[in-house]
Amino acid sequence: MSASSAFNEEKGGSSSVGEPEYGHDPASGGIFSSDYKRHDDLKEMLDSNKDSLKLEAMKRIVAMIARGKNASDLFPAVVKNVACKNIEVKKLVYVYLVRYAEEQQDLALLSISTFQRGLKDPNQLIRASALRVLSSIRVTIIVPIMMLAIKEAASDMSPYVRKTAAHAIPKLYSLDPEQKDQLIEVIEKLLADKTTLVAGSVVMAFEEVCPERIDLIHKNYRKLCNLLIDVEEWGQVVIINMLTRYARTQFLNPNMNESLLEEGSDKTFYGSDEDEDEEEEEKEKKAEAPMAKRKPYVMDPDHRLLLRNTKPLLQSRNAAVVMAVAQLYFHLAPKVEVGVIAKALVRLLRSHSEVQYVVLQNVATMSIKRRGMFEPYLKSFYIRSTDPTQIKVLKLEVLTNLANETNISTILREFQTYIKSMDKDFVAATIQAIGRCATNIGEVRDTCLNGLVQLLSNRDELVVAESVVVIKKLLQMQPEKHSDIIKHMAKLTDNIQVPMARASILWLIGEYCEHVPKIAPDVLRKMAKSFTNEEDIVKLQIINLAAKLYLTNSKQTKLLTQYVLNLAKYDQNYDIRDRARFIRQLIVPTEKSGALSKYAKKLFLALKPAPVLESPFKDRDHFQLGSLSHLLNAKAGGYQELPDWPEAAPDPSVRNVEVFALLERVTTLTSVPEWTKCSSREKRKEKRVEKPFYSDSEGESGPTESADSESDSASGSEMGSGLEESGSGSESEGSEEGSESEEEEEEDEKDKKKIKKDLKKPVKESESEQSSEEEERKHQRKSDQQKSDSESESDEESDSESSQSESDDSDSEADVKKKKKAAESKPPPKPVKKDTKKEKKEMSLLDLDDFEPAASPQVTPVNSFLSNSLVTDLEGLSLSDAVLSPANISPCSALKSYELLHRIRGEGLSVEYCFSRQPFSPDGNMVAVQMQFTNNATSEAKNLHMEDVKLQSGMRVKEFPEIELLPAGETATAVMGIDFCDSTQAANFQLCTHTRKFFVSIQPPVGELMRPVFLTENEFKKEQGQLMGMNEITEKLTLDAKCRNEHTIVQRVTTAANLSRVPCGSDKECRFAGRTVTSGSLVLATVATKEGGAAQLTVNCEKMVIGTMLVKDVLLALTQ
Amino acid sequence: MLMFPSDSLITSFVYSMSALPPFKPVTSYWFRLSQNGQNELLCFPSPASPPPAAMIHSLFLINASGDIFLEKHWKSVVSRSVCDYFFEAQERASEPENVPPVIPTPHHYLISVLRHRIYFVAVIQSEVPPLFVIEFLHRVVDTFQDYFGVCTEAAIKDNVVVVYELLEEMLDNGFPLATESNILKELIKPPTILRTMVNTITGSTNVGEQLPTGQLSVVPWRRTGVKYTNNEAYFDVVEEIDAIIDKSGSTITAEIQGVIDACVKLTGMPDLTLSFMNPRLLDDVSFHPCVRFKRWEAERILSFIPPDGNFRLLSYHVSSQNLVAIPVYVKHNITFREGSSQGRFDLTLGPKQTMGKAVEAVLVSSQLPRGVLNANLNASQGTYTFDPVTKMLTWDVGKINPQKLPSLKGSMNLQAGASKPDENPTINIQLKIQQMAISGLKVNRLDMYGEKYKPFKGIKYMTKAGKFQVRT
Repeated sequence: MSASSAFNEEKGGSSSVGEPEYGHDPASGGIFSSDYKRHDDLKEMLDSNKDSLKLEAMKRIVAMIARGKNASDLFPAVVKNVACKNIEVKKLVYVYLVRYAEEQQDLALLSISTFQRGLKDPNQLIRASALRVLSSIRVTIIVPIMMLAIKEAASDMSPYVRKTAAHAIPKLYSLDPEQKDQLIEVIEKLLADKTTLVAGSVVMAFEEVCPERIDLIHKNYRKLCNLLIDVEEWGQVVIINMLTRYARTQFLNPNMNESLLEEGSDKTFYGSDEDEDEEEEEKEKKAEAPMAKRKPYVMDPDHRLLLRNTKPLLQSRNAAVVMAVAQLYFHLAPKVEVGVIAKALVRLLRSHSEVQYVVLQNVATMSIKRRGMFEPYLKSFYIRSTDPTQIKVLKLEVLTNLANETNISTILREFQTYIKSMDKDFVAATIQAIGRCATNIGEVRDTCLNGLVQLLSNRDELVVAESVVVIKKLLQMQPEKHSDIIKHMAKLTDNIQVPMARASILWLIGEYCEHVPKIAPDVLRKMAKSFTNEEDIVKLQIINLAAKLYLTNSKQTKLLTQYVLNLAKYDQNYDIRDRARFIRQLIVPTEKSGALSKYAKKLFLALKPAPVLESPFKDRDHFQLGSLSHLLNAKAGGYQELPDWPEAAPDPSVRNVEVFALLERVTTLTSVPEWTKCSSREKRKEKRVEKPFYSDSEGESGPTESADSESDSASGSEMGSGLEESGSGSESEGSEEGSESEEEEEEDEKDKKKIKKDLKKPVKESESEQSSEEEERKHQRKSDQQKSDSESESDEESDSESSQSESDDSDSEADVKKKKKAAESKPPPKPVKKDTKKEKKEMSLLDLDDFEPAASPQVTPVNSFLSNSLVTDLEGLSLSDAVLSPANISPCSALKSYELLHRIRGEGLSVEYCFSRQPFSPDGNMVAVQMQFTNNATSEAKNLHMEDVKLQSGMRVKEFPEIELLPAGETATAVMGIDFCDSTQAANFQLCTHTRKFFVSIQPPVGELMRPVFLTENEFKKEQGQLMGMNEITEKLTLDAKCRNEHTIVQRVTTAANLSRVPCGSDKECRFAGRTVTSGSLVLATVATKEGGAAQLTVNCEKMVIGTMLVKDVLLALTQ
Repeated sequence: MLMFPSDSLITSFVYSMSALPPFKPVTSYWFRLSQNGQNELLCFPSPASPPPAAMIHSLFLINASGDIFLEKHWKSVVSRSVCDYFFEAQERASEPENVPPVIPTPHHYLISVLRHRIYFVAVIQSEVPPLFVIEFLHRVVDTFQDYFGVCTEAAIKDNVVVVYELLEEMLDNGFPLATESNILKELIKPPTILRTMVNTITGSTNVGEQLPTGQLSVVPWRRTGVKYTNNEAYFDVVEEIDAIIDKSGSTITAEIQGVIDACVKLTGMPDLTLSFMNPRLLDDVSFHPCVRFKRWEAERILSFIPPDGNFRLLSYHVSSQNLVAIPVYVKHNITFREGSSQGRFDLTLGPKQTMGKAVEAVLVSSQLPRGVLNANLNASQGTYTFDPVTKMLTWDVGKINPQKLPSLKGSMNLQAGASKPDENPTINIQLKIQQMAISGLKVNRLDMYGEKYKPFKGIKYMTKAGKFQVRT
């Protein structure tokens, strides 16, 4: 509204001039004399000392610019204010400067020094804005200054300034293309930047300046893929489009095998309209066949990475992002996976009509190539009377493309409604659509024809004309079937009064008079009778008909023809007279008739080529979808061709980047997604209860994902990748710690504070057994994690908590060890008792709002197949043996527990055990067995320990520490280790209390004799290749009805055996890998699913016994 | 390089000359012809030509009567005569919404959106995803609406300086820079009556004094240092039924599109989770960028740090497998007799599947055939209007009383001698049902982490008719 005051004052001020601003027609250009007068007082205001006056003047000037008026003569007065203290004045001066600098180059130079000063400002935002304005001033003379500024800003420590530098690159390039080489250097540097803030902008600069330098992307490819989800939406669009092009040059066509296998069936299934496509595809096939034979297609993991990381963006609220992902999938994904984009595209149809327009254009192109994709959404393309015509026509196009034998009847019924629409352009389009359906689908051709014939009696000429055109086209395609319809149409001549329709029918009868030899002359007879009363176009067609009949059947029609020609000779219309004269000369042989009459028949009855009814969107997909060029079906300036797939994949190793230390990887991977952060201690407890649930949530979000991310880092991507995986909200700020001394200082300070807090807290709350030393150690780990911690800057309090909870989380993953220590150091029953009580108390203390009971049931089904591996990795870290929390028990609840001692046999003492799948830290070759003792008796049990271990040769046992006291009604846990020597032989021993001894035995299921290892897809294949023959066991099975999706399969297999998922290019296959605990032999399992729940299980293991047993167990798990 | 055949170009010029309204500088064509030479004019910007740069070159705002009332250039100035191509297309289109969103011109491409009867025409010079520009333009309109309450010509003219400042921040060199309303509001404060008054008295400005930190933030959609005395979070679950009902009353297609709009005014950096009783209902969803996608994938829980103020958290589509309850039925009898200049109109509305809730704010509209001159109708309830120019019949029914069904009956007069219309009109229905989401979606709970205070939370459900059409 401040601007409105500007307007008002302007009005007031200009009252002396008597020319209120509004009065102008903006197009008329304004009256200059009054402008000059007004400019004088503006100049005065700008020269004054008061900021408010300056501001007022600037507002008026900006208003002038906005209306397209020339305010250039004020330049000297305005530019003086460039260093004004008032921010708004300054900003408006910038606006003015950027607009007019080009016209007043010399004067503009006066302002440069201000910006140069700004570039050195300690505040990053001021540096950025100075660069922004400086680079926007299009004055060639300052190119070197800009170049220097950009270079400097590109290595600025603030990512925001670097972003601005990226933005400035295309500006400078358009000002002076000579600078290209230098700019490419800057781009290369910025491409290496690891922040999401910069990524979008620099890729945009890349696209503008050097889109051909695809080699610059190699090293950054994986990083870009991984950062993508956190880049701002506009940057996402640019990156995705660029990566589409990149992938086309670097990877192999994922469909080259499918085109061999599937095309054949496609062909028979779909109607004839694919004819042309098929031909092409056949060509493709020929081209691809030798290659396909050469080697089976394996998708490059980087290709997979791109597909996987873009998929979530289909859920973006930004239509442009969704479209970008859709086109990426369309151009890059294997055929079977393209389907996922349909739903998202259909969703966009709810958006503004302009969005609909663009999306429908793309859907139309896609629906030709991949009809099946949109078939389920057929009804979403139904047309409403309120749609704008251009949308209606596009929807019609899609509906036509989607029509096939099964849905044609519904579609035709819809079309019937459309034909009655008031929007005649749309009706015409509908008729054409019907025609196309009729040509494409043989079954309905007759129905369509009949329907169209009925339309001939429509009152609207447009409809009739369109119908006739379409009927004509249809008839030309099937000359042998004509006669019936033509006969029918001939009958219609009696009723149809619309001249256009009559004319069209007559043309048809004439054209195919040989097919209706009996009727044609009769029609001519009737027409001759009514000739004088007909409209002109009908008359012309009667003459045509007569001529054609005369040529084919002169015996019967000679007289009629002459009669008609005579009538026409004296017609009022000169066209008709001319035509009659012309035709008479041509067909009636006279002495004078020239050479042409010999060819009369050829002239009149030439075979007219059948018109092709095809979609205007056919073959448009050679343009990158979603592009302007695609929309216009013409190459737009600056369009980058989508390259064809390479024959052979270029070296994938170009994308490798140096591997970071394992430790770093582990920390980033374990860093907990930020949602687990919470501020109060109670909540943290609660969170800890939920912990396995989180660690799983990552795994669950796509078992492939977590596994793959591992493989990525293993195959050499930098730590950033893992970082980004850890949560969509997590930021990469941390990865630039090296350059940001400023921020780091802050962070350090915070860290210090945190130490203090962390130290104080346990004391204050007096419930933690942590020593300060442990705390310190933990802090070290935390500060590592800090870097991946996204909210560290925003909220100290919650942050310190959260990071603690993070370390707790990772601690609890290694809980086995902790528990053991705790058990050793304390009288075991005590902490247990305390903890359970504490938990109860805390539960009741919890704010009901914040406690989420729903979460706990979700904990149980969880199987921490991800964390397992982490634990193995974490082993190397010296973890603090911190708090033994009740949460530590919870993972077991997810695992299958077995009974060791029933409470009746044990006289009140019951013991259960489970394989915790945690590494047994004292001895890596042992399997950890977690035992839970419950004292159901009324008296306490003392000195629980084990004795008299009887083992097969080679087996070893590490006993659990003695439990001194187990009060009545209490529960205690302990962990023991058993080296089963990779056999399923039972370990027998005696469990002793202070009074009794019980014989018990622990027999492991084969699945517990292994621990997961991470392999990449390639490693897996390699290993599998070495374990063929005797070492491979294959079994066919039918999957349980509930177990047909990938997720369940993974879950069941990992529950049955302690294996980890291996990334896999195809979603029909799930792969798992592990090593046996004792000998470390590789165990590989593959579940390949087929249609209808059939599946094949393959286990490769050099220990055949293990393999056989594992097959049995997994089989059982999958079929139950 | 693409060429127009030269004669077609000339005809298009002639076209435009005859079609243009008188005040437009038609001569500019001939100027450019003579200045640039024909060849250049005939070419599309060629891909080899010097760097295009800048995605969005300029923006023109054009009102319904064809005046350019605002222009903004991010690169060098593009003459407003480029809009003549737009006017030409506008002339050709029968309806305002039929102007093609993308218009190629010899040197530029025009991408436009129409909202609130204003055309926002972006001028671009080279290949750019059209949706990118369209989406951005809509975002601009949304921002204006957010700032000024309405996005009308008057509002834009009144706030021209703020508009200019906004556009300056939203695009840098034609590439979107800050489009999050929270960041923009930190940079440029929205005008309010109070602030305008204060500004005029004290001479202070509506440009933020501090530099915005939002752009640096890890949660770019939320500004830092938010403080409220009353902490509240409201969520509106609004579902729209899109349906086509055929003549006989059977449903041809029906689907539910829903959104959750939120108004969150919470201090600090709250971390919210929202869970549903029946999340499986949601078939296809799109999120505000703040929602953590993986958490949704894994647990079907919405977990997010909310932006400050109003925003759309989620829009969703209810899977088409579920049967959609149709809340109203329409009994209609609209007939035109051949040869007679009279037509009968008879319409009755009734509630169908409303789960016991009242159907309110019912509005029936129908585009009657062109031949209808006027309508003499009798509404048992509410009021009806018939616009004899646009032939639009509107009936504001209000609330449906199940005991006494609202009806609209009477006769229509047709043009004498005109033939019977081919098509019966389609009936569009708008309605509202409070306190119910027709899909049955229910929010289970809303929890807040990260902050200590207890916020006030509210959830509202509403069902509306979206594109609800009855064919007769």
